[in-house]
This record gives sequence, C-alpha cells and structure tokens, in this order.
Amino acid sequence: MTFLKINNLSVDYQMRKETVYAAKNVNIEVNKGEILGLVGESGSGKSTVGNAIINLIDEPGKVSSGSVILGDLNIHENSESIVKYRGNKIGLIFQDPQTSLNPILTVGEQLIETIQTHLKLSKEEAKNKSINLLKEVGIKDADARFDNYPHQFSGGMRQRVVISLALCCEPELLIADEPTTALDVSIQSQILELIKKLTKKRNLAVILITHDMGVIAETADRVAVMKSGNLVEIGETKKILTNPQENYTKSLVSSVPPTNKKISRFVIVEKEHNKKKENNIKILNRWSKKEIISQDLVQIKNLNKSFDDNFFTENSKNSVMAVNDVSFEIKEGESFGLVGESGSGKSTIAKMIVNLFKPTSGDIFFDNVCITKIKQRSELMKFRKQIQMIFQDPYSSLNGRLKVKDIIAEPITLHNPSISNIDLNNYIYDLLESVELTQKSGDRYPHEFSGGQRQRISIARALATQPRLLVCDEPTSALDVSIQAQILNLLKDLQEQLNLTILFISHDLPVVRQMCDRIGVLKEGKLCEVSITEDLFLKPTHEYTKELLRLMPKIESIYN
Amino acid sequence: MQQVDNKTLSTWERVKDSDIYHSFIKSPTAIVSSTILFIIFFCSFFVELVTPYNPFDPSSLSLMDAFTPPSWTEDGLAKFILGTDGQGRDMLSTILYGCRISLIVGFSAIIFSLILGVGLGLTAGFFGGKYEMIVMRLTDVQLTVPSILMALLVDGIARGLISREMHDEMAIYVLIFAIGISEWPQFARVSRAATLVEKNKDYVSASTIIGVSNIIIMFKHILPNILRPVLVIGTIGLALAILAESTLSFLGVGVPPTTPSLGTLIRLGNDFLFSGEWWITFFPAIFLVILAFSINLLGDWMRDTLNPKLKK
Repeated sequence: MTFLKINNLSVDYQMRKETVYAAKNVNIEVNKGEILGLVGESGSGKSTVGNAIINLIDEPGKVSSGSVILGDLNIHENSESIVKYRGNKIGLIFQDPQTSLNPILTVGEQLIETIQTHLKLSKEEAKNKSINLLKEVGIKDADARFDNYPHQFSGGMRQRVVISLALCCEPELLIADEPTTALDVSIQSQILELIKKLTKKRNLAVILITHDMGVIAETADRVAVMKSGNLVEIGETKKILTNPQENYTKSLVSSVPPTNKKISRFVIVEKEHNKKKENNIKILNRWSKKEIISQDLVQIKNLNKSFDDNFFTENSKNSVMAVNDVSFEIKEGESFGLVGESGSGKSTIAKMIVNLFKPTSGDIFFDNVCITKIKQRSELMKFRKQIQMIFQDPYSSLNGRLKVKDIIAEPITLHNPSISNIDLNNYIYDLLESVELTQKSGDRYPHEFSGGQRQRISIARALATQPRLLVCDEPTSALDVSIQAQILNLLKDLQEQLNLTILFISHDLPVVRQMCDRIGVLKEGKLCEVSITEDLFLKPTHEYTKELLRLMPKIESIYN
Repeated sequence: MQQVDNKTLSTWERVKDSDIYHSFIKSPTAIVSSTILFIIFFCSFFVELVTPYNPFDPSSLSLMDAFTPPSWTEDGLAKFILGTDGQGRDMLSTILYGCRISLIVGFSAIIFSLILGVGLGLTAGFFGGKYEMIVMRLTDVQLTVPSILMALLVDGIARGLISREMHDEMAIYVLIFAIGISEWPQFARVSRAATLVEKNKDYVSASTIIGVSNIIIMFKHILPNILRPVLVIGTIGLALAILAESTLSFLGVGVPPTTPSLGTLIRLGNDFLFSGEWWITFFPAIFLVILAFSINLLGDWMRDTLNPKLKK
C-alpha cells in the first residue's frame, strides 16, 4: 500500500546567474514497512528531495511545484501545517551525530522535550517512554545513561540516540539522510541493522538517502537513482543493481569497487579513454628510467608516535599512543595498502614517512637510509624529492590563491632552479596531460575545478618531482564513486608506466583490494597483520580482520 | 581529456564576475561611502589643483579677510565658501590641506602597524612554541594600555630625546610611530588566529613535503590566505588611526600648527568657538566625522562580504 507519494516535485534555487534545479519533476512512492534507498552522487538532489518532503529547504531555494501526500493528507498544502508533521508523523535522522544533538542538554532532557512538544504526556510518562525508546535502539543501561550528556556517548551510540529522538513521537515515515556516512564500518553495520529491525517492527516507511551502493545493497528493498535533480531509475534493489537499464545507473554500478574479486580496471561506461597510453609518453621521456630491483624501498622498524596533550609538563602519562610499535616493509614497485578505522593511526604513519613529523621512537629507512635521523636540510631535500603525497581533501590541498600552473611549477623550480621558462611550461603541460587535464587548465584557479579535477592537479603536483614513492592518504574518500573509479584507474596507469611505489591508505576495504598488492591492517595504532591482498580477503588470520571483512557492506550481497 | 570551460577570463572579467563586485553594486552604503572617500582622497592629495588658495603662503593671505563667515551667511563672501580663520586663510582649502596630513599620518601608521602586527602574528602562529607565547603575551600587555596613553607616552619620550629645533620636523614621524605602535596587537591576534587555521591545511603540508622552506611557505602560501580578515580590520583601523591622530593633535602633541592637520584645526578653532566664530572649528570637525564614518561603513560592508559565514 502506498503511504508516501511524491508527485512531480521540483525544487529551484534562484541564483545570481541562473536558476538551478536541485530537483526536477520527481515522482516517488514509498510503502509502509519498506526501505527506499535514494542514491546519487553529490549534487544529484537526493538530500534536496528528503528535505523538500518536510519543507526544510534553505533560502534561496523553494519548492516550485508538486505535492507530497502522506497517507491521505497533502502535507504541502500550506507551510504552517508542515510544522505539525515534522517530528510527529515524520522522523528525521541526519548525517553527523556530533552536531545533531544539543551538547548542553542531557539526552533525557532532549527526548522529554521532543515528546512533550508533540504528545500530551506528563513528565513522568515521557521519561518512561524515553527510557523504553533508548532500550529499543540498543543502548545498554538506559536508565543510567538517560542523564548523560551527548559527549559521553560514542559516535555510534549518539546516532542511536538520534534515532530514538526521531522515533519518539511514533512517526510513520522516517527520513535518514546519510545516517552512517560519518561512522566506521563496524558501527555502520550495527546502525543499518537497527534501522532494518525498526522498519519491520514498527511498520515504518523509510527513505534512506546515501551515496554508498554497498549500504543500499544490504538494506534497501527498492532503490531510486538520482542524477542532477532528475530521477533516473526506480525499482527493486536487486533488479537495479544487477540489471540496470539506464546508462547512468550502469556506470554507477560498474564504478563501485567489487568486494569479492580483483579487477584490473574500472569500466567507465559514460566515457572511455582510448588515448590513454599515448598520453603518458611525453612524461615518460622525462622520467629517468629506473630498474626495478626486488628490494625493500621503505622499511619501517618499531615505529612509535605518541601525542602529548599536556602543554606544560612533558610527562607521558597523558599521552596518546597513535602508533604503537609498527614495523613493515614496502617493496620497490608495489602498492602497499594500510587499512583501519578512524583513529587507527594510518594517517599518522603516512605523515611520518613523508617527514611531516618525527616519530617518538623507531626508524624509517628509505632506500636503506634512515630518513628520521637526517639533520641537514640539503640531505633531507634529496628525500623530499623522492617521496610525495596525495591528500584526502582536494579542497584544502591546493592553495586557492595560486594558479594551477604556479602550483605545479613550485616543486619543479624548487628542485631545478635553473630550468628555462619554455622547458618549465612544457613540463607543466606534460604533467597536466598525464593526469588528463587540458593545457588551458594551467591558467585557472583551483576553485574553478571539481573535486575530482582538483585531485588530478594534486597528483600532477606530486609527480612533478619524479618521486619513487607516492603516499596516497585516502585519495578518493572525498569523491563520488564514478570519480573515484577514474582516479583509481589513473593511479593504476601511472604506477604501471612510471614504476611508482605506492603506499595507499584507506578505510575502504573494496578500494584497497582493487589497488594493492599487499595490505596491512591497523587497529588502535597496532599492526594486526600484513599479507598479500588475496590471502587477506580469502583467508584472514587475525580476528579483527575477519570482523572488518564480515561487516563491510557488500554490493554483491544482492546476488544471494 | 577533462574539459573545464574553454574561455579563459581576463582579470577585469574575473573582477566583474566576482561575488564581491556584485555585492558592491547592490549595496548603496558601499557605493555612497566609497564615492565620498574617493572625493575626499582625490581633493586632499591633489589639493593644489583643486583649491585656488594656498593657506601656507603668507604673501597670499590678507588679515582683512580674517573671520569671514561662510558664504551663505549675511557677511559671507562668495570666494570663501566655508569662511576664513583668524589669519584670513580660506577654511575649505585649509581643511583639505589638513586632511592630507591626517590621511598621510593615518595611512602610514596603519601600514606600520600592519607590517608589525601581521609579521609578528604570522610568525607566532607558524612557529608556535615559546616564541608564540612571548609575542602573544606582549600583545596582551599592549592591549592593557589604552592606545591614546601609549601614543602620549611615545610622544613624551620623543620630545625628551629630540632637540627642540628638530622637533617640528620629526613630529610627523613620531606621530606615525606612536599611533602605529598602539594599534598592532589586533593585527597580530587576527593574523595569528588565521595562520593557525591555514597552517594545518593540506596545501601547506604539500609544500612542506615538496621541500619548500618555511619562509616561502609563510609568505607565498599562508600570507595571501590570511589577508582577508586582516584587511577588514585594517580598514576599520584606518578610521581609528585618523581619529587618534586628530585626538593627539587636538591635545597639542601631534603635528605642529605650521602644518595643521584636522585635529590641529579643530583645536585652533576651539578658541574662537565662544566668541561666535563657530565655523572655524565646526567644519574641520564635521569633515573628520564624515571621513571616519565613511571608512567605517566601507569596512562594515567589507566584513560582511568577505566573511563567508555571514553570507546569506
């Protein structure tokens, strides 16, 4: 039975230069007891649709046409009436549990406040109801935790509290906007299980907004695919994921890194690059050919790093061990993956390898030289040249005040001050070409580029010094899947042609499986195990690895 | 190949396309205040071209013209629009000459404190540690001393050190130093805070990994990125510096009466206020108010426009 019906919904943003359609004639129906997944890349309008249902569109946007029918009520009839339905008939879960709770009120106060706003209950009744709710969402010791403040809960627990807040007025529709994006894999699966359980138990209609196809595959009954404000395809999850009709859906599905096998390249349906091999020839000529000897390029021995949060005394009582006795080697020419959840110390290791900070103890050897003990700047520069890094956030890794060509020129002129202008320009163009950007891009500023293009600029800058080791710290986690596939393809090609050694850091197991030859698993600063990729995925030895593999959302689960 | 957009914009097209330009032409406050400021700046710096009189050329003055009221009053003369002072100098010309001195002192003082404040704030934020602690405690101490007292103190010391003959010549430099030294802490604080944010961004790490030296990172990468907030408070600081100059000159410790600034003119006119010659003090005062008010309005608009958090 159709419970929520969205008819021809359009949302416009009136901008200075043009009108942007965030959603255009969207028709969606949701039944009770069903989870509808709403997927799309950033800017596709999936959150806009979610917000439009409850009329939470920010200025200057507005719902320009269409209706939203809940049961048999048209809730968009007037803007006042919608207030009654928010929280009451419709519950909301937001992405970031850190900011969706008020930090100065206890969890209990927030629950009671919400309940009393919508239901006529006494304080005592409201309290009992809240405690039951907290129990229902899986918070142990709910009576005692009732009086705790949000900061006393972990991220996953907080998201449970947010869910209990959304449920406290017995809504019939639940809108969850990226409910697990800010959470680690292990917590993500718990929250998704909870949402699934509640949907069945309370016979809710749920709209699950997400960019993650794996989450959709594991939770949603039906899925709606959106692209730049339009609804591309809607149907049963299994049908859409296994047999997509539209081109866009096909490319979206093929961009998702498979979890069960290793593929050589991602298939990009929308545009296939045929000329790729030729592109990199120019830069290859500049690259001094190195023979690959099967030796260890990087050796890390008993690495420790502790962060002191005590400013005045330097005792180690308060220090946090970010990296705890980690040792591994990276062979020349291989891709080594480091995986772990947030706080596992993987970025810290990367930053020590590129010498952004010094380890507390332990050594890092690069090409059999201990780089952590180098004092002289000129010695250090030799290694700076050979180790480069690509960062996670493409928006903060480029200086917005410099033109792209100046950004790329910086490392070149620094390490080769005598280079002539013509040579410099040619080199910059070759680099831009090798990351598949046009020559004209050089004269633009970073803000004119999209996230994926910025990441390409970052790669070009890193390649400018002709490094041997490229440290990639979550290079694609800020990007959409289709862009991620392109960037991963690019990195693979570059590695193949330039004989790069790559240290690939990620929290995303499927991505690591596609990219790496060997993988190290980190947990709370300790290295759990290191093994060859296929071995790790097929027969993991460490308990933690098994747990991670079991919990990761699998798009393939749809086949079972 | 990734296509972005085929045409490359010229600098002027970029400016015309920017949000700042659009916010400017949509804000009447910004247009009015910048027009007023443009007229004031132009008339002050090209005062020789604008006015027919040179109030500092004694041969052109006639005591017969002294105390002529403004032209629209009963005894006024058409050739002295705002009247004359006790020595027969045309008020309007004198004000414009005085305004030039005020602006020169104000601008120089603010540039001096910008260089000092941003330099200290940037290095403090970047290097951190004990150096940062010392600099920031210095600014705290500086902030406990009212800026006008600080300026009086500097002026007093300078008077003690410099001989009487040299004093009139040196007065303007002492004044610039005195005002500049009392305004740098706010620039240091703002630029340190902004540096702390910027230096943890990945583009700074990227430059470090490439091997760029700290000095270049500070000036090529961080400095341009922290200039926005600094420029905003710099604009409001300019109004404060001009007012501080006028206050000091009014108190008689600023520029000497031979090269009067707006503050000096107000002080000189003050003596005549109760004998009925109100225009001698009134016009410089109202001119000063308009000048400071326009700068502040422009500064407010800049703050609203350049701060992304306040954008609607």
